[in-house]
Amino acid sequence: MQDLIISIRSIATLWILTAFLYPLLIFLIGQTAFSYQANGSLLRNAQGEVVGSALIGQTFTADEYFWSRPSVIAYSEGDDASPTGLSGSSNLAPDNPELLERIRAEAQRLRSERTEPTAGLLYASGSGLDPHISPTAAESQVERVAQVQGLSVDEVRSLIAQHTDRRFLGIFGEPGVNVLTLNLALDSL
Amino acid sequence: MLQGFLQIALMLAILVTIAPLLGRYMAQVFLGEKTWLDRVASPVERVVFAGSGVLDGRPMTGGQYIRAVLVSNLVMIVLVYAIFMLQGVLPLNPTGLKAPSWHLGLHTAISFVTNTDQQHYSGETTYSYFSQVGALGFLMFTSAATGIAVAIAFIRGLTGRPLGNFYTDLIVSLTRILLPISIVGAIALLIAGVPETFAAPAQTTTLEGATQFIARGPVAHFEVIKQLGENGGGFFGINSAHPFENPNNFSNLLETLLMLVIPAGLIFTYSIIAGNSKQGWLLFWMVFIVFAVFTVITAVGEYQGNPLVNQVLGNPQPNLEGKETRFGPFLTSLWAVATTGTMCGAVNGMHDSLMPTGGFMTLSNLFLQIVWGGQGTGTAYLFVYLILTVFLTGLMVGRTPEFLSRKIEKREIVLASAILLVHPIAILIPAAITLTFPETLAGISNPGFHGISQVVYEYASAAANNGSGFEGLGDATLWWNLSTSFSLLVGRYAPIVALIFLAAGMARKQTVPETVGTLRTDTTLFTGVTAGAILILGALTFLPVLALGPVAEAFNLG
Repeated sequence: MQDLIISIRSIATLWILTAFLYPLLIFLIGQTAFSYQANGSLLRNAQGEVVGSALIGQTFTADEYFWSRPSVIAYSEGDDASPTGLSGSSNLAPDNPELLERIRAEAQRLRSERTEPTAGLLYASGSGLDPHISPTAAESQVERVAQVQGLSVDEVRSLIAQHTDRRFLGIFGEPGVNVLTLNLALDSL
Repeated sequence: MLQGFLQIALMLAILVTIAPLLGRYMAQVFLGEKTWLDRVASPVERVVFAGSGVLDGRPMTGGQYIRAVLVSNLVMIVLVYAIFMLQGVLPLNPTGLKAPSWHLGLHTAISFVTNTDQQHYSGETTYSYFSQVGALGFLMFTSAATGIAVAIAFIRGLTGRPLGNFYTDLIVSLTRILLPISIVGAIALLIAGVPETFAAPAQTTTLEGATQFIARGPVAHFEVIKQLGENGGGFFGINSAHPFENPNNFSNLLETLLMLVIPAGLIFTYSIIAGNSKQGWLLFWMVFIVFAVFTVITAVGEYQGNPLVNQVLGNPQPNLEGKETRFGPFLTSLWAVATTGTMCGAVNGMHDSLMPTGGFMTLSNLFLQIVWGGQGTGTAYLFVYLILTVFLTGLMVGRTPEFLSRKIEKREIVLASAILLVHPIAILIPAAITLTFPETLAGISNPGFHGISQVVYEYASAAANNGSGFEGLGDATLWWNLSTSFSLLVGRYAPIVALIFLAAGMARKQTVPETVGTLRTDTTLFTGVTAGAILILGALTFLPVLALGPVAEAFNLG
């Protein structure tokens, strides 16, 4: 009985500390000092409307844009994602025939669009929201995008370089091209 | 390839640097020595102690300690379950989420109170901000602190000290270790881009005109304790693969180190409390080598990629299914081995889509439980293995087994065996039942041998209090929720009870003076024998299952 009373008292105290005061502190720091990040790194256009988040990918199918990786949740777009938003992956095992079928079909489609299929464009991402494609995956789309946009290949390549997030300290992770900010840059040309 | 291994080597080098420092700090905290944090932490502690009514901090007996653990954890379950069931009427619920089903709520509460954080739901579509902060985030602190408290009581007992007071250690773990690191880490994650807001999901029109719903929330404060406390329950369904949980390679570096540093550091804490730092370093390197080997094997498998897909591509490329571009095959492999080794259970890539080598290594981690091991409990298991090895080698050379100057007798061996036997029982029996009814119970999503791995992984993850999964598994069912709850509870509390009894018994023993005839445990030879004993015991128990799962899958892939 005494245990129960001490348990309830200490849990109540610790709840206030860890589930109220601590989140409140971080919330206040976030909203005052880092409000851009704290609210989801949202990108706005000239009219002030939100066009996406710098950290979250979008679906791109038009020829004038760079395409993203496959996403089983369609980048949290459409009615399925309303109102909460989604995240998710295929969870297909390496020997699952479904995976091979999907990859074959996608490789064929890419080849028919004069885009060399690479691992970075064929495999579905972990989150279904991956904002990046690999530099190789971007390079394979340069000619198509340059042609449709009426730009030179070099101009497109220099845009890609500007929108590539490099390795942290030049060492950790893999470089990735942010597809949304790159396509936004193409739009604003 | 070289670049990939350089990244892994550098991260491990950082770990080797910081783990002993944190380990020493934790030892100072629990030995009651002065630390540089006293000026900030002491006033906070005084208020918390007063509020809790545990000002005296009287040492507890084994029985009292166990009762305190069980009663306090039960109160936590009740509180959290009540929050889940009432979330529809509680505030901070901008998307109007209703209460989850009774069995999902129960499974979630048990899963988080046992420091497992196995999730049969997606965070963004199931639990409100209030539930995430007030229930899940709260348990992330208290379950981790429970593990640390038990681990400290265990080493106190082994070294002949009183076990200490559970509530005092629980509170001190929070105010001196978990909270200070969390505050600093959360601010770092905020700067890196992790959100901290109570606003509803953002709704946007994409460049191509679709409507996108961007889930967000109070993530930064949650993320850091999720990693640091070996909890691993993602704010979002997809965990640390989600760009809002782990936006870039700074956050990934930080989160990887956060999940490794306490289990690695506790080895040093133990050796300092036991007064033998050589023992600590030997154990550290033993675990480190196993960990490094597992990581290399996993990384090579992912880097070589999927042979079936490589045929389509025309040349070998890494397996990126379920991986994020920014992390790539190497940092996803390091994370996968770290998260299953430390019983964190957070993922930054999908384990279901790992190559069979990755499946083999992650499952092995869940079976062995000591490749760093869970928050507190992992280090305790490591010492249990030491006790068993002392006994085994004692039998071989005909010496009375002694550990830390205390005789190892029947009671110790029975309790140590119980701790190690609970694990296969909580995994293999429910897995066998589930696999007997593949259509009605199992919910397997991948055909062939991988399906067996999915089921075994789920129970192994529950029993080891890990929480990661082969997430294709359809596990949001009554059967899965209740049967894994069994594995969760048995895998958590049976070993804790045995550990405390073991420690309390050891504390009561007369010390025997060390002589030339004493078998020394702080030698390379003995550490090697311990590693052998761990691997052989683990292999004997679980190799058949591994052969049916990832090994067969690897042959199937060709």
